[in-house]
This record gives sequence, C-alpha cells and structure tokens, in this order.
Amino acid sequence: MSKNKKDQNIISRRDMLKTSAALAAAPMFFTKGAYAGAHAKNFTNNPGSSSTVTLGFNVPQTGAYADEGADELRAYKLAVKHLNGEGDSGMMNTMKPMNLTGNGILGKKVTYVTGDTQTKSDAARASAKRMIEKDGVVMISGGSSSGVAIAVQSLAQEAGVIFMAGLTHSNDTTGKDKRRYGFRHFFNAKMTGSALGPVLKEEMGTERNAYHLTSDYTWGWTQEESIKETTEGLGWNTAATIRTPVGAGDFSQFITPILNSGADTLILNHYGKDMINSLTQSVQFGLRDKMVNGKQFEIIVPLYSRLMAQGAGKNLQGILGTTNWDWQLQDAGSKAFVKSFGTEYGFPPSMAAHTCYVQTLLYANACETAGTFYPPEVIKQLEGFKFDGMGNGATEYRAEDHQCFKDVLVVRGKANPNTQFDLLDIVKEVPRADVEYDASIFGGELGPYVV
Amino acid sequence: MDAILIQLLNGLDKGAAYALIALGLTLVFGTLGVVNFAHGALFMLGAFCAVTFQKILTISVKVIDPSITFFTAYKEQPYLEIWFGDMGLAIIDYAVPLSIFMAIPVMLLIGLAMERGLIRHFYKRTHAEQILVTFGLAIVIQEVIRHFFGANPIPMPPPDVVSSSAAIGTWLGLSDNLIYPWWRLIYLTFSLLVIGSVFAFLQLTTFGMVVRAGMFDRQMVGFLGINVQRKFTIIFGLASVVAGLAGVMYAPILPPDYHMGMDFLVLSFVVVVVGGMGSLPGAVAAGFLLGILQSFASMTIVSQYLPGIDQIIIYLVAVIILLTRPRGLMGRKGVFED
Repeated sequence: MSKNKKDQNIISRRDMLKTSAALAAAPMFFTKGAYAGAHAKNFTNNPGSSSTVTLGFNVPQTGAYADEGADELRAYKLAVKHLNGEGDSGMMNTMKPMNLTGNGILGKKVTYVTGDTQTKSDAARASAKRMIEKDGVVMISGGSSSGVAIAVQSLAQEAGVIFMAGLTHSNDTTGKDKRRYGFRHFFNAKMTGSALGPVLKEEMGTERNAYHLTSDYTWGWTQEESIKETTEGLGWNTAATIRTPVGAGDFSQFITPILNSGADTLILNHYGKDMINSLTQSVQFGLRDKMVNGKQFEIIVPLYSRLMAQGAGKNLQGILGTTNWDWQLQDAGSKAFVKSFGTEYGFPPSMAAHTCYVQTLLYANACETAGTFYPPEVIKQLEGFKFDGMGNGATEYRAEDHQCFKDVLVVRGKANPNTQFDLLDIVKEVPRADVEYDASIFGGELGPYVV
Repeated sequence: MDAILIQLLNGLDKGAAYALIALGLTLVFGTLGVVNFAHGALFMLGAFCAVTFQKILTISVKVIDPSITFFTAYKEQPYLEIWFGDMGLAIIDYAVPLSIFMAIPVMLLIGLAMERGLIRHFYKRTHAEQILVTFGLAIVIQEVIRHFFGANPIPMPPPDVVSSSAAIGTWLGLSDNLIYPWWRLIYLTFSLLVIGSVFAFLQLTTFGMVVRAGMFDRQMVGFLGINVQRKFTIIFGLASVVAGLAGVMYAPILPPDYHMGMDFLVLSFVVVVVGGMGSLPGAVAAGFLLGILQSFASMTIVSQYLPGIDQIIIYLVAVIILLTRPRGLMGRKGVFED
C-alpha cells in the first residue's frame, strides 16, 4: 500500500514536470519558424542563417535512362523556378492546401545541385553522398529505378537527409525497405495489379494461361508477385515465371519457349530498354497473331510510360498497361503543369517529370508548414498529408509507409496517334480507394525520426 | 522436338550475329595486329546508318494540331508519300534493306578515316595501349550518337512483308508452334552470305592472297615490293563495312540505341578468343557454337535443373576450351603470345 502511494507520488511529480515542459513549449507549436531556432544546430546541412537552401537532384544523366533523367531534371528546374517566384507558378496555382509563397522556402532562395545516378545503385549512392557531404543539400530527390531508390533512401536515413523518390515502382521501396526519411509519390506494383485486374477481367475473361518474363531485380520481382496475385485472383493460371537479366538485349531464347508452353498471355515485367526489346521481339515472333486455347494471344505490359512508348513504336499499339500520370489529363493541376512545362521546353512532360516536380513542391510545402528544415518536423508534416490539385485527384501520403495514394491510370497503346505525343489512350482512371491496401502486408520498419 | 528445333534455329541466328561481328574483329587483329575495342561502335554506327536513312526517307510536312497551344504537336506526312503515294510508302517500308546501299560507302569511309587518323599511330604500341585508345574512341562515338539521337532505342521495323513469322512447322509437317520470324531467317541468310563473301574474297582474289601472305609474313611481302600497309588499311575498311552491315540488318531485331555496340563487344571478344586469336574460321565456328549453346541453355527444362546457366554458359565454355586448348579452337602458334 505504502509502495503504491510512493508510486502515485512519483507519477504525480512526473506529470507535473511533463505539464510544465508542455506549457513552456506550447507557444513554440504555434509560432512559425520556432523549430528552426530550437534545432538550429542539430541536423545535417542546416542552412541556418544562409540566404539560400540547396536541394540535390540525383537523376540518370548517362546510361539507358538518360532521356528520362533529362526530363526529370527539366521538371526539377521548373519547380525551383516556381518556388523562387519566377515563371507562371505552375501547380502552385492549383495545389491545396498550400503554404508556399513564391519566396523560396522559408524565405531562402532555392538553389540546386545535380548528380548522375547512371541507373546504378553504387554510383547513385556515391553521388548522393557527395551532395550531402560536399554540397550541403537538405533534401535529395530523383532516380529512375527502384534499385537506386532503395539504395539512396537507405543512405538518406543514415545521413538524416530527406529523400523524395523519383520514378520507383517496386513494392519494396515503401514496403520491406521503407525508411522514415524516404517518401514516394509514384505508384507501385501492388497498385498496378489492383488497377489492372478489373480491366483484364473485362477484356480477357477469367480463363487465361499467363507466362511471365521478369526483369531480375527488386522491381521485376515485386511486379511479378503483384500481377500474379491479381491474375490468379481472377482465375488465371500461371504457366511459368522466367527471370531475365537486366539489359539482355536479345530476348529470343526466352521467347521461343513460350510458343510451346500452352500460354495464351504474355506478361512483360520489363521497363525501359528491356521492355522495348522484349516487346519488339515478341511481336516479331508472331505472338500477337497466335491463337492458343481458342483465344487470341495477348501481351500485357503492366508499367509503361510515353517515353518508352516512343521506343516501342507500333508494337505497343493496343497493349494494356498502367501509368502514374499522363499529360492528357484534364484536371486543373495537370493542365497547369503541362502548360508551364510545355511553354518552357516545347513538349509535354513525362510521368517521371510530373512525379519529380510534385515531390519538390511537396517537400518545400512541408518545410513551410513546419516552419523549419529540421527533418523530423518536415517528415511529420508529410506523413498523412492530404492534398489535391497536383494531378490524379485527391491524394494522401500515408503515414504508415510513406506511400502516396491517388488515382491510377490504365492505358492502352494508341492505334492511330493524332500527334507525335499522342501515344496512349486512357482506358480508365481507377479511383484511389480501389488501389489502397493494408500497409502492414509488406513488412519493413520506417525507423526513427531522429538519427 | 519442336522445342529443340526452334532453339537450334535460334542458336544459329544468335551465332550468326556473333560470328559476323567477331569476323571483322579478328580480321583486323589478324592483319594489323590491333585489338580494336571500337569494333562494337562500328556495329552500332551501322545500325544508325539505317536510322539516318529512315529519317531521310521520312522527312515530312508537319500538320499542326491547333487544339494544343502550349507546345507544337503535329502529325507527320512524309514528302515521299505526298509525292509518290503508295510507292513512296513502299520505299519507306523498305528503309532498312535499302539503307545497306548507304551504309557500305559510309562505313568504308569511317573505317578508312579511323585507321588513317588514329589506329595507324598505335601499330607499334602495346596491346594494352591499343585497347585503351580504341575503348576511348568507342566511348566518344557513343556519346556523339547519344547527343544527336538521344538515349532511347529507336524503332526500326522490317518491311511489312517480312514482319511476321514463317510457319516452318507447317512446311515440315510438324507442329504449328514451330514458327520463326522472317527477318531473323533473312538475317541468318545474310550473315552466311557476308561470311562466305569475305572468305571468297580472301581465298579467291589476288588481293586476298596478298593479305593472307601479309598475315603470315608481313616483312617478306614487303620485300617483294608490295605495299602491304595499304592493303591492310583497305582490310580495316572492309572489317568496318562488315560490322556496319551486321548493324544495319540487326536494327529491326534490336531497336538501335547508342549503347548497343558495347553490349555486343564483350561477347564478340569471347568469341574471338574461343575461336583462336586471328583465326577467321575459328571466329565463325566459335560464334555459331556459343550461340547454339546459349540458346539451348535457356530452355525451360535446362534452367529448371540449372538455374542461371544461360547467363554463364558462354563463359563456362570459354574457360573449358581455353583450359584444354589454350590457343582456342583454331588459334595458331605465336599469335598474341609475345
């Protein structure tokens, strides 16, 4: 009894201390910029009293994804321009809620440095490390590969610098390899499967025999897993899942076994150059002209972009897939971005450019809202942040895994393009609710706020 | 049976591609003694001859879409179609085979310029220096192509009439599943023709005889008053044309991009080493052997028991051959052994 009394006394004292601390800190919660003072020296690359703040854009400038990287870089430059109050402000006119003023971030002019990931994890990490240690960046963004995103995200967590991922579609990025300091606006393989499933059922029925060719790395594995889960859920059989080396070039030795496999559907879990080559060669092997099990043979490319469609040419016509965003969307945010980008560069942005532009604005807005560059507070602003006016409808950065949830586009390669950019038909805008899933299914730990 | 036949055909096709590239590589090594790491770039340049030719044929009038105001969006109508109608479209359709006529002089000139401008200064330097300088040259060529054509692959469809597959199974009274792309069959035939022509040129002409004599004893041929150096320069140009033609005809199979030469270079060197440095028949035999083995190693039944074997089979066979026959399949004593 006496012990309980003692405990109660202790609790009482602790409560008193907590209450005092809370009261002392309370005004700071309501004062913009309060954290900037409170944590002035306590985080990596604190811009302090400098009149500028530096962002790091780490994109593939050489290698197979150099064109995609160049488009990402264009988007980043445009975002920096808009943040600094130059140009027509693009999506800053449509984003809601928004605290950006066109006066940089927290009154500091935004500058940037660029790096070349070469679409190689080690090169991307080296480049990101240089940006953090030498250039003093407060945030890193970019990339066109999940392998790169996961590698840089892990480094960002160790260094205490926020990473706003570019194009990465593997479930692992916000699944088993998720990090507190990493955020993904782009959709993922699981969402692709959920969006594509109903369209496949409607167009191809429930009795199909699917053969997978899969890029042998994290993105390919998770896409194969998600699409297989979807198609088997529809009642389809999986004839085989074959892993192909990244950059194989000639896929003929992987295509010829399909002819005798009894499969009537080929699912190409390939992206970029691999997708262009495997699709071109599959069409040349006459797969699209074949009738198997009384059904027309079909090819599905679950993830593709306009830049890739240009490379695949006529071979992509009529083929179903999904994409994160398309310049033909008619919502106010998409139109504002296409107008800004098109006026600046003379052609429409790719989906990679869109995601990179949005990520930069989201980070800047989170800093403005938090009133500080202190990463734990910026992270808390991004976690669970609900916004609209950035394309894809109402969007949310889920707090549990840092995955953005928004509408997903099911598209089809256009048969008769009207212009050189008119390569995809939007088949369906799948609502966000249809692609949401439980954050715990992929495991992983976000890790601490303070590192 | 179908599966074996189709993999055999595929192996021959792959082998033809390897052999054609390796042939030029070993021709240069056998005559000039130069290890040319820029040979893959010549293959890539050949493919871009086809791309350029197609771009020339499809120079178009642009019909602007007025509904798009933020940038210029248009539909193209080639002048050839406007001027000649269906005939114009047919010419565009045959862009790849027709580009051979452009590729031959262009690649010959590039080869001669490369040899006179750079390679000849490295004849008496070590093989390591030759490798470094030619590898550097390959990177420069790649980056120039990337600057003008971008990094994305460029679609180069074969003519419509051969864009589908040949029903080989039906012809032979076997399964309907035994089909093979027409263009790959054409590539195989074309490769055999080019390889045959090169051998005939070297075996049946006086020029070829002098070159073969020069390969055997360069000094003695010089003593006989023959300018063997000039002959070898022409051989470099010939090797460049062979690589370029291989690239032109491969463009519909693998949409060309600036890096495609590098992808083939390493494999071609393995083929040359396995065949025997400087041996032309060795390069051809090794090309076909490795192509067929790689194709069979990719069969589902093989990869079920030996997963990943298709990725290492070429190097595994190379190791075994070099352990048992250190000079390769048909290598001569004294070549690359100084």
